Amino acid sequence: MQTETVLSVKDMTKHFGPIKAVNGVSFEVKKGEILGLIGPNGSGKSTLFNCILGQLAPSSGTVQINGKSVAGAQAHDLNRLGVGRTFQQLSVFPQMSVIENIIMAGQEHHGTMFTRLFGKSDAGLTGAAEDMIEFFRLGHLRDEMAGSLSYGQQKLLDAAMAFMAGPGLVLLDEPAGGVNLTMLQYLKERLITYNREHGTTFVVIEHNMEFVMSLCTRIIVLAEGEIIAEGAPEDIRANQNVIDAYLGG
Amino acid sequence: MAELLQILISGLSSGAIYALAAVGFTLLWQASQTINFAQGEFVMLPAFFVLAGMTLFGLPLWAAILTAFVLSIVILGAMFKKLVVEPMLPHGTMPLVIATIALGLLMKESVKEFYSAQGQPFPSLFPQHVMNVFGASVSVQDLCNLAVAFAAIIALQLFLQRTRTGRAMQATAQDPRVAEILGVDVKRMVMYTFLINGALAAIASILISPVYLAKFSNGETLGMIAFIAAIVGGFNQIRGALVGGLLIGVLDNLAAVYISAEYRTAIPLILLIVIIMVRPQGIMGTSEGRTV
Amino acid sequence: MTAFRILFLITFSVALLFAPIGQSNYIIYILCSWLIFSISAMGLNLTLGYAGQISLAQAAFMGIGAYVTALLTMAGMHWLVAVFCSISATFLIGLALGYPALRVQHHFLAFVTLAFNALVFLVLRNEEWLTGGSLGLVGIPRPVFGPFDTMKQLPFYYFTVVCFLVTAGAMAWMLHSPWGRAFKALRENPIRANSLGLNTTRMTLLAFAIGSSMAGLAGALQAPLVQFIEPGSFTLILSLKILLMVIVGGSGYFFGPILGAALVVLLPEMLRFTDGYYLIIYALLVLVVMIFSPQGLLGLGRKLLIAMKPRKERGDLKQGAQL
Repeated sequence: MQTETVLSVKDMTKHFGPIKAVNGVSFEVKKGEILGLIGPNGSGKSTLFNCILGQLAPSSGTVQINGKSVAGAQAHDLNRLGVGRTFQQLSVFPQMSVIENIIMAGQEHHGTMFTRLFGKSDAGLTGAAEDMIEFFRLGHLRDEMAGSLSYGQQKLLDAAMAFMAGPGLVLLDEPAGGVNLTMLQYLKERLITYNREHGTTFVVIEHNMEFVMSLCTRIIVLAEGEIIAEGAPEDIRANQNVIDAYLGG
Repeated sequence: MAELLQILISGLSSGAIYALAAVGFTLLWQASQTINFAQGEFVMLPAFFVLAGMTLFGLPLWAAILTAFVLSIVILGAMFKKLVVEPMLPHGTMPLVIATIALGLLMKESVKEFYSAQGQPFPSLFPQHVMNVFGASVSVQDLCNLAVAFAAIIALQLFLQRTRTGRAMQATAQDPRVAEILGVDVKRMVMYTFLINGALAAIASILISPVYLAKFSNGETLGMIAFIAAIVGGFNQIRGALVGGLLIGVLDNLAAVYISAEYRTAIPLILLIVIIMVRPQGIMGTSEGRTV
Repeated sequence: MTAFRILFLITFSVALLFAPIGQSNYIIYILCSWLIFSISAMGLNLTLGYAGQISLAQAAFMGIGAYVTALLTMAGMHWLVAVFCSISATFLIGLALGYPALRVQHHFLAFVTLAFNALVFLVLRNEEWLTGGSLGLVGIPRPVFGPFDTMKQLPFYYFTVVCFLVTAGAMAWMLHSPWGRAFKALRENPIRANSLGLNTTRMTLLAFAIGSSMAGLAGALQAPLVQFIEPGSFTLILSLKILLMVIVGGSGYFFGPILGAALVVLLPEMLRFTDGYYLIIYALLVLVVMIFSPQGLLGLGRKLLIAMKPRKERGDLKQGAQL
């Protein structure tokens, strides 16, 4: 069966002066996959992530999303192309309520500049937003200020915001960072459910090995800016290169 | 030709003084992300320390200058850092910008109310006579100002590059977190930067006041020119601020002679807008990739 | 909260209606001045409190608005035509000025507007054929709407009140729409807003241009109020005063700039006994507000309110923490 390629990265290279943070990385992600990007600190995964998202200009290489090159695209252009993302640090709008946060995450995809000024004040999104917070079981916090939520709840809200516009591809930047064990299980279960229900493709950067191994369908390991291993979680676990990279690094 | 040389030299001379203010401005920005809107008033004030020292306390010129120098470092350096910048940094750059605007206003109005609203003659450190160089009449004062300002900038550059403290300050400016890991006392380095800015402001003040009279409103133009010089030069390097300052000094003098005197002050402003539109990284700056 | 709000709005409107009754012309003039500066400060609040940008050219935009209206009405056009031109001109100039600055780096707008304010002053002073130079323009007519002539102070006050209420209403509408949400998002976390599909540069630029056009409107009211304008009325110091109104009142709060404008317009009256020192007192006041409550007076009020409220939602948070 032929599945379509959602994200394709070719020969991505990024130098910082003499340092090659990312060096000739190429990979593809198919529709519905959950791809993990792992590697020791300084292996270049964050740089790679930022290059894909247009936050950093790559020294060379191309990024294609659904077969279209996105060179020079800004973050909001990418988002309109159906790319959602979460952030490593907490990234909600702290002085806005939970429901407002979620509506904000969807409103730029509805209507035009004109209807957003003269149309409904919720852009017709209240129902969809309530469904989304219900899905992440934040319903009881609907009208709380996002900034008053616990760390884990804000992480969930961050994820919910990334999904609100119905993206085909979501890039998750260390979703497990600083989240407690119970919450982690819950987050993983929600992500897998969402993936099954909507066929959304995920690319996940993560330090937490257990989390990545149990969440992802495929894993790419980076070390010193290059791909040193690629495969199913169980193959990665047994791969000697990977063990060396982590223990040696 | 002779006229052009004359304009060039007096332009470079005032430009070098602008550069002192611009360099200080850039240093503060690098070290603590402080955009000092009071920088012009920082240059205006030390001259009044000197005048107050001479008229109120009867000090001889040299002693008054020395006192003003120390006062500038303490008040415009240390106290500014401790009392204004430090309590406000946790709230982000916006309140600090507004606070420095208010501080500038406070300094300006205080001088106006408590000293004088009139421009005050300021004793010159250098002989006033005019030399003849290749047919151009060049003021000795201009040449001396140029020399002193350049000496100050070169000394600063040497300090930053050759000494251990200087290099630690540069590391702090580039990335405070990395500097901290390398064992640099980041807080102290930031404080040094503020002290240096106070000293640079004092030098600029003492050099420029004999030329333009010491007046409470001097800071308006000086501050603007310091910003513009810093932006023209790239906003993040000393070399750039120097080039920016010199360029504005020369352009300003050229404009006064060859373009209408009415729009003389508009030249740096137009330069600023053009630079931002055409080459936002500044003349000397390099463009960097966008970052998060 | 909503009931309280409605009650407050009604009280406020009624107070506006009755405030000038039996007052001297001078007091009415001060009240007009307050409303006009409230409009201008509300505009800057959009730029500063919502889009998070510092503009130091609000006075210059007021000046442009005032001169456009003055010249057109003195040439015989109706005020309504003139105010439309003032608003459009300041909006377009705002776009043209903000675009290069915001495209590059966000803190550049402060510098560009600073320079712009100085440039506008030079043009107003030097182009005597158009602006009357440093002598300014004298004898600006006040608008007449059919039988309603604003030549007297009291009718002019009610005319100003109408303009103020219409502007405040439009502002409230905009802040309540998805645009308002986008402006708030821009202030809270621009990077996140950008990643959610918001074109942050365009939205910031719009906020700045709309804010500038509100200064244009304020200028168009200022010209017939004073009936005399000169370049010296629109210098950087006025920009700083408008900035002060927004900051002291509370940037990012709807009523912040209105409260701030009241304080700043009335302060010189109250501090008249201090003679020339009132600018010094201003400056000290701003420094103190910035150090103790960067959110302004309304921010301070809210902080106190929250501190006094008993906390009861802790149970909710506990349940969340277990998740």
